[in-house]
Formats: sequence, structure tokens, C-alpha cells
Amino acid sequence: MSTRVGSLPAQRLPESRTVRRRLVRVMPLFGLVTAVVLLVAPTLGSTAISLSRVFDLSIPWADNIDAQIFFVARLPRVLAGALVGSTLAAAGVVMQALLRNPLATPFTLGVSAAAALGAMTAIAMHLDSTPVGAAAVPAACFAGAMVGTALVYFLATRAGGGLSTGVLLLAGVTLNTLFSALITFVQYLVDAADWYRTARWLLGNLDVSSFTPILASIPLIVLSFGLFALLPRTLNLLTLGEDVASARGVDVGRAQRIAFLSASLATGAAVSLAGPIGFIGIVVPHLVRLLVGSDHRIVLPAATLFGAAFLVCCDLIARSVMAPIELPVGIVTAIIGGPLFLWLLVRKA
Amino acid sequence: MSRSTVSSRQSPVSRRRPVARLIALACFLALAALKASPQAQPTGASRIISLVPALTEMVFAMGAGDKVVAVSSYDDYPPQVVSLPKVGALIDPDVERIITLRPDLVLLYGSQADLMTQLSRASIPYFEYRHGGLADVTTTIRALGLRTGHASQAEAIASEIARRLSGLRERTALLKKPRTMLVFGRESGSLRNIYASGGRGFLHDILETAGGVNVFARVQAESVEASSEMVLARAPEVIIEIRSVDIPEGPPRASELATWNRLAGVPAVRAGRVHLLTGRSISVPGPRVAESAEQVAALLHPGLR
Repeated sequence: MSTRVGSLPAQRLPESRTVRRRLVRVMPLFGLVTAVVLLVAPTLGSTAISLSRVFDLSIPWADNIDAQIFFVARLPRVLAGALVGSTLAAAGVVMQALLRNPLATPFTLGVSAAAALGAMTAIAMHLDSTPVGAAAVPAACFAGAMVGTALVYFLATRAGGGLSTGVLLLAGVTLNTLFSALITFVQYLVDAADWYRTARWLLGNLDVSSFTPILASIPLIVLSFGLFALLPRTLNLLTLGEDVASARGVDVGRAQRIAFLSASLATGAAVSLAGPIGFIGIVVPHLVRLLVGSDHRIVLPAATLFGAAFLVCCDLIARSVMAPIELPVGIVTAIIGGPLFLWLLVRKA
Repeated sequence: MSRSTVSSRQSPVSRRRPVARLIALACFLALAALKASPQAQPTGASRIISLVPALTEMVFAMGAGDKVVAVSSYDDYPPQVVSLPKVGALIDPDVERIITLRPDLVLLYGSQADLMTQLSRASIPYFEYRHGGLADVTTTIRALGLRTGHASQAEAIASEIARRLSGLRERTALLKKPRTMLVFGRESGSLRNIYASGGRGFLHDILETAGGVNVFARVQAESVEASSEMVLARAPEVIIEIRSVDIPEGPPRASELATWNRLAGVPAVRAGRVHLLTGRSISVPGPRVAESAEQVAALLHPGLR
């Protein structure tokens, strides 16, 4: 064991030059796939539209249904899908490394349940009928995520010293259960119409119908990706164990704090935008690891790109496969992601 | 040797079997008797509990309101029900309170199987209601009239509703029927989670009776989740939005309607034919359906009558 640790720098962590060379080889492929998906997705859907009509400026806007379908209905949706997909996939990578648990997801530590509880409360209290308007539910959702994050963080650091991953996991999972129970409680109290809204919200929805919610979430997502950018090298060491990481000169406590807070921020922003869409945060990181190995310097950017493509594809299926009936995207990600993940699991075993 | 052990183990069981059979038979007979009791109940009721707002309205409309002793937690019409005890609703009926109030007729949803079993055990008769189309409203009124002993009043109400509805059908028959989307749910201030009436159920029937063509008529469901794309593609000429809560006239109402302007290409939006219909009555398939249909008709055909 000690010899392996001793030889780590050479064996397990290739030099940055090697990584850079692999990045140059791998990333264009992921970039290309994602770009193609993002370009093609808005042209497909339940209604056939003509691209030449979409960009025909001689037709007045109000008469150009094709352009409206493209710009008002599909583009915001595809953008929201790309943002949420990449955010949840990256947050999943970070969570799995932080907790050293392949089953960890962005939703494991109760942040999304806290976010959902915030949204449920806003729906139950009809906050969107107050002057706050349509922003009330996402705002309450994000506030919930931040309260949940603060609670988990407070509990995990209280044990003394730094952030304890063990306590983090236990406190997070317990709070997740607690918040889920409170969600059920709120749902039970509201009347039928609101109950339906809460249930629908929990299934996730990318039909944001305007660019405003997307613009509102971008600063938060950019901030969390800025923090993610500090992490890959450290995550590689953290997955080998806190002792190894600290022996290699990593400020483990600081790295764990950044990882937890950035992943929570990202999750809060994504859930506020589109509700809790499951499976992205676990399936995409594992798929990507299968394709490119486990070096976080490659996995993190690759999962970011692949997450976008994956969720946009799932949403394309959700909005067109049963048209005019639309499927909640969370059902599609689960139906596609679940078996895919199980197949990977069995194959690996 | 093993055989003898088996037979010695079996014998006490087989000796007990006739007794077990008798007990089972007795239980079955008792259950059957209990099950039969709701049917065996003569017509007429003096202590009614209604868990279905539509049925509450019917009972009051046929003049049996003074016999209602409790209603569901969703009931708010007619005003007399506000002061009555509330005993839960579809998913959370309070069985203890229901039994304590000693009703001789409970009006409930056909899907409340557990409640029906419990009421049967307590020998309390019940009347099953199932959600249906517009035609089921008058059928239900007549059946409920028979059950409560107000058959003639019920008949009068039912035929009055039928008369008004067929009158409406006649008056709108030759008019141009606008393609309409009937929305009954939407996130306030945005176009997210739009729920519209599909081609089934009483809202769809109301729309067709009022002289409109449902843009989602082909969808065999009571509700359709309509994405922005779907609304643009179906291009309704009129959008009628039902809200159970009242929205004050003036700026609040105007801003709520202005949300639709984002879909500028929809004919209804361009022609300013997006309407809000507020109040609980339209979403209740009760005795006020004719009124609701007339309200919808007035929006679809402004010059009607």
C-alpha cells in the first residue's frame, strides 16, 4: 500500500502535460457532440417548422409562427436543458469525489429536498399571486437550497476541526429524509389544485417559456463553475483519501468546503430553474468515466458538456414522443438513465 | 417414519377445518349482509353528509339542504355550507367524525373504496359519485333525487338544465365555432405548466355546447399539459382561462392576461380574445353547469341572444 502511495504521482496522476494532450484529444469530440445536439434540438419537436421561415425577416414577427415556435418555445427550453444538464452532471462529479461514494448525486445531501421544500411552501402560500410574481417560486426554491446547505454545513463542521465527510453524509441524508417528509406534509395540507402543482413541480420541467429565469440563474451557475475550476486536481487526490491528499500538500478542509459549497450552489441554481430532474447527476458522470477514465481534470469538463447533450436529448424525447401529450422530463431521464446505469453497473461488476 | 410425523401434524388441522369453514362462512354471510345494506336502504334521508361539492350543490338545489349535516373541506357553495362541520374530502375523509355525526346517507366518490368498506361495516348507506361528462350531471341529479326522496324537485332541476343546454346548442348551432383552448391551470405570471381541457370530461362538453371547438378535442384525456410550442402550433382563436380565485378588475387582471402576449402569434392573443373566467362555479359539475355554459358561450359569441 505504502509503495503504491509512494509511486502515486507517477502512476495515478499523470503530469499536466499528458493530461493536456488527452484533453486536446477528448474535448473536441465531446464539444462536437454537444454542439450538434444543441443546434439540432431546437429544429425538432412535435410541430414541423421550416428553418428558412424561422429566419425569414421579411415575415412580420407576429405572423411568423415558425419563428415563434423556434425562439419562444424551443430555444429557451434547449438552453435551460443545456444549463441544467451540465450543472447537475458537474455537481454530480464533485459530490461523488467529495463523498468518495460512486452513488452520490447532487441530491444526496438534502440540498435539492430543501430547495423543493422552499418551492412547495411558495406554491402553498400562493406567493406567485403576490406582487413578487412568477419569480417567487424559483426564489423561494433557491432560498430553500441555501438554508439546506447552511444547515448541512453547520452540522458537518460542528464536530470540531474541519468538515467531516462522514458527518456531512449522515447529516445530509438525514436532512434529505426530513425535508422530504416536510414536502409531503406541505402537499398534504394544500388543496387539490395546488397539490397538483406541487406534484408536477417535483417531476421537473424545462419549459421555462422565457429567457428571464435562464438569465437569472446564469450568474449563480457561472459562479459555481468558477469554483469547480479550482477543484479537479484536488478531487483526484481526495478520492484517494484525505490522508493521501493532505500528505500531498492539499488543504483538505478548504478543498472539501469549496467542493461542498460549489456543488450545493450549482444544485440550488439548477433546481430553481427546472425542478429536481433526477439521474443526470449520477448517470452522466459514470458514463463519462467509462469513456475517458477517472481523472477529474478530464471527467469534470467532459461531464459538463455531456450533461448538456444528455438532458437536451431527454427533453427532446419528452416533448415529442407522445405529442400532443408531453412527458415530464424527469420521467424520461429516469427511464433512460436508470437502465443505462444498471447496465453499466452490471457490466463493471 | 417421516410419513407418520406428517400425518400426526396434519390431523389437528384437519379436525379444525370444519370449524374454520363455518367461521369463514359466517364471516362471509355477515359481510354479505353488510354489503347488501346500502342497497336495501329505502329512499329518503334525513342526515346527509356530502364529500363531493357538486353533489352538495345538487342536494341544496333540490331543497334538501336542511338535511345536510356535514360537507367536505372543499365545499363553499351555497353559503349555508360554510357554517357546517367539515369532514375531509377525497383523499382524507375523517371516518370517525363521519360516523359520529350519525348520517343516514353519505355522498362520496366512487374511488373512495376504503371509506365505502368502513361505512358498510358501520351500516351507513352511501351514494357513489363518478366524474363524467356534462350529460352525467343531469343523470346524477335525478339519481340523487330518487335516493334522497326529492325525485320531483330533482327532475325539475334536471330538465331545466337540459332545456337551457339544448337551447344553447340550438342558438350556437349555425354560428362559426371558434377554435378554443380552455385553460384551467397555469403558473401565475408565466406561461409554465399550462393545463387545458382535453377531449373528454365536462369542461370539454361545456366548451362544445357553448359553440366552441376544443383545440385539444382529439386528445382522449380530461387534461393536457400544453407547452408554449403546443399553444403556438394549435393556434386557438379564443383562450378562456378558468381561475378558482377571484382576480380583481383593473391592473391585476390586465397583467395576468398580458402574460399571454409572449405568444404574439396565437390568433387569440392578436385578436385580444383571451378571457379570464373567475370563480369556483365553472369547475364544479353541479346544478350551475347551464349558467357556466352560457358564460362560456357569451365569451365565444359576443353577440349571442
